[in-house]
Amino acid sequence: MSAIRLQNKEKAPSARKEKWERYVASLKYAKYVCFHPFDGFWDLAHEKKGSIAAATTFLVLFLITHVLKLMYTNFQFVNAPLQYINVFEQAASLLLPFLILCLGNWSLTTLFDGKGRFSDIYTAMCYALVPFIVIQLPLVFVSNIIAFDEAAFYTVLMSVSVVYSLALAFVGLMQVHDYSPGKTFIFLIFTVLAALIIIFLMLVFFSLLSDAVSFFISIYREIAFRLY
Amino acid sequence: MKTKFRLLAMVLAVLMLVTSCGTALADDGYASTYTYNYDYWSDYRESPDAYRVTNVIYSGDLGLDVAMKKPQSLFVQGNMLYVVDSGNNRILEISRDGNEFELVRIIDEFKIGAAQEPAAAEETAVTDETVATEEAAAVEETAVIEESTAAEEAVQAEELPTVTTFNNPNDVAVDEEGNIYVADTNNQRIVMMDKDLNYIKQFVKPTDSTFDQSLSFLPNKLVIDNSGRVFTLATNVNKGVVKFEANTEFTGYVGANKVVYNLVDYVWKTFFMTEEQRAQQESFVPTEYCNIYMDEDSFIYATNISFDEYDLVWDNAQPIRRLNGVGTDILIKNDRYPPIGELYWQEQAKDYHGPSKFVDITVLHDDIYVGIDRTRGRLYGYDSQGIMLWAFGNMGNSDGCFSNAISIEHMGNDLFVLDQNEGAITVFVPTEYGNLIYAANEAYLKGDYDGSADLWRDVLKMNANYNLAFIGIGRSLMRQENFTEAMDYFKMAMDRDNYGRAFRLWRKIWVEENIGWLVAVLAVIIIIPMVLRSIKKKKMEVEAYERNQVTK
Repeated sequence: MSAIRLQNKEKAPSARKEKWERYVASLKYAKYVCFHPFDGFWDLAHEKKGSIAAATTFLVLFLITHVLKLMYTNFQFVNAPLQYINVFEQAASLLLPFLILCLGNWSLTTLFDGKGRFSDIYTAMCYALVPFIVIQLPLVFVSNIIAFDEAAFYTVLMSVSVVYSLALAFVGLMQVHDYSPGKTFIFLIFTVLAALIIIFLMLVFFSLLSDAVSFFISIYREIAFRLY
Repeated sequence: MKTKFRLLAMVLAVLMLVTSCGTALADDGYASTYTYNYDYWSDYRESPDAYRVTNVIYSGDLGLDVAMKKPQSLFVQGNMLYVVDSGNNRILEISRDGNEFELVRIIDEFKIGAAQEPAAAEETAVTDETVATEEAAAVEETAVIEESTAAEEAVQAEELPTVTTFNNPNDVAVDEEGNIYVADTNNQRIVMMDKDLNYIKQFVKPTDSTFDQSLSFLPNKLVIDNSGRVFTLATNVNKGVVKFEANTEFTGYVGANKVVYNLVDYVWKTFFMTEEQRAQQESFVPTEYCNIYMDEDSFIYATNISFDEYDLVWDNAQPIRRLNGVGTDILIKNDRYPPIGELYWQEQAKDYHGPSKFVDITVLHDDIYVGIDRTRGRLYGYDSQGIMLWAFGNMGNSDGCFSNAISIEHMGNDLFVLDQNEGAITVFVPTEYGNLIYAANEAYLKGDYDGSADLWRDVLKMNANYNLAFIGIGRSLMRQENFTEAMDYFKMAMDRDNYGRAFRLWRKIWVEENIGWLVAVLAVIIIIPMVLRSIKKKKMEVEAYERNQVTK
């Protein structure tokens, strides 16, 4: 059997299949990143071990985990007013800050000799989400078979997942930009500031845009009234 | 964002409904509800009325010549209702028989030295007219001081009071023997007299050094306990409740409010102010209580209305407290929200400004307490666990609404609310719904859990949003070992603690019943991959062997 497969591979590897295999390999690479973050993230950015497709998969899984957590965790452990929850709004409330933070980090580090390109930063940040997904997704199920007194178990794992992911994100940025830990930390703080500035600019932009649009609409109306 | 707005809109809509009930009430009595409760998410849930108005008693209804003027306080003993008519310096004693309220007498002075005379008995029949005419003559009579009486009462003040009328009395209390205590505020004393209004003793300004002697002693609110101790809130005294023993001796303060100050003020004061500036500024002082009530078990319930509204959020303000003998707050707060009255005071700014301010509180049987909110003219009832039972009332002119609610009292489960501006007493009697809640609560506290569950089921038929009912039924089901159904009820009430308990018991049974399956599934999960792996290994070996054969 496997001899045949081996032959096939050697003979005519279709481009599509190769792509798929590369994708699967980059997914599997997340395991190596989680347990060997320094090596893992270095190779992720510099040896092209990861892929944007895999990163996006993790991001989507992250959003799905968050939504599932709200909807299917036993009510003993989550305080979610289901009658008011909008799934897309919840997903967006994580996705937008995530993207803005990536953008903020890129816009700063690119000025201060960070080696990472935007795609590298995005990939590294997405790979850092893996522990969050891997721990919290099973916890949704586990929450339905444990009682309120056993909440300690649940909350500890919950915080482990968050701390693990944050630590990975830190190491990831460090390796991607080839920064020292201190420098990474300082740039993390400035990243938050940059994100706030981006949000501010976006708000200003949209309010100006809506003003401009309404200006042209009123001009059109004025003309229309005068002419008729 | 959108859902938030929707939530806000919903709350506002419900609020408008609730607040518009004032007019609805005027139309046809009880067509729409003005009672509500909060659900787990602190949203308004309209509920059936827990109380309805049976009477509103005005001065005219009592046959008073002079209308009530700035009445301050109510007190109930037995079937007697006492109203402190401060503006007219008198106390009205009203008897209640079912729905009939009758003025028994007007207390506006007391007699000295008559305590020993047997003839004093006939004086009790003083009617309104005689009291009114005697009022002028009263002052001269007091000049006579009988030495014998003074000797008998040697424990207390040496001299007898020279003024036998009241000056702006603010509160009254009556013990079970009918002895009347009056907080005679502007005369700076608390007078105790027997039921025939004979002077017994008075509690005056403490001479103790802990009491600032430069201050006047202005007893404002007053309660008495079973052994004749007197507790009073005095104006300008912020050390807590002033306590007197039965022999009029001052024995200190109970339950001082904690000093509230914020960090910025503190730093500014200690590091950036000169000695003179600091002396000029008033120091951080604890706030005064607003009102007190003595419950059946001789614990003092105190309300507090001077707090920062942000302190309510983390329950630092503690507007309602239950003080034990040492003065610690032992109020039980087992609900998601502490008993602070209104939960939505920010959004509600359109109708009412600010958080609930409990100006008075009364404690019913089974530690159910009812506070009255001056801001909204609204009554909030809580059970012994601090869970809100109902809330109703509004500002307005129709029956069941108030313009300035100042005092609340209870007779059995009936409530009296005094409106200071209107000079009226509103009588609330519990409806069937209200009575069911009380009965279910009482049955539960007695230990009759199943009986209580049946009553809660009746409550649910009237109000399907009543969390306490779900919990009560759930508890009873849990005792009957019907865990799955109990879990459903607890889940409905979002009661995590009890749900967890029921769930554990249910899980234990479930695992015991299905242990065979569980083992089988586990075995399959572990054994099958093991077998597969070994087969794969064997196959690899065979292939490797074959390949070797070929190359050779």
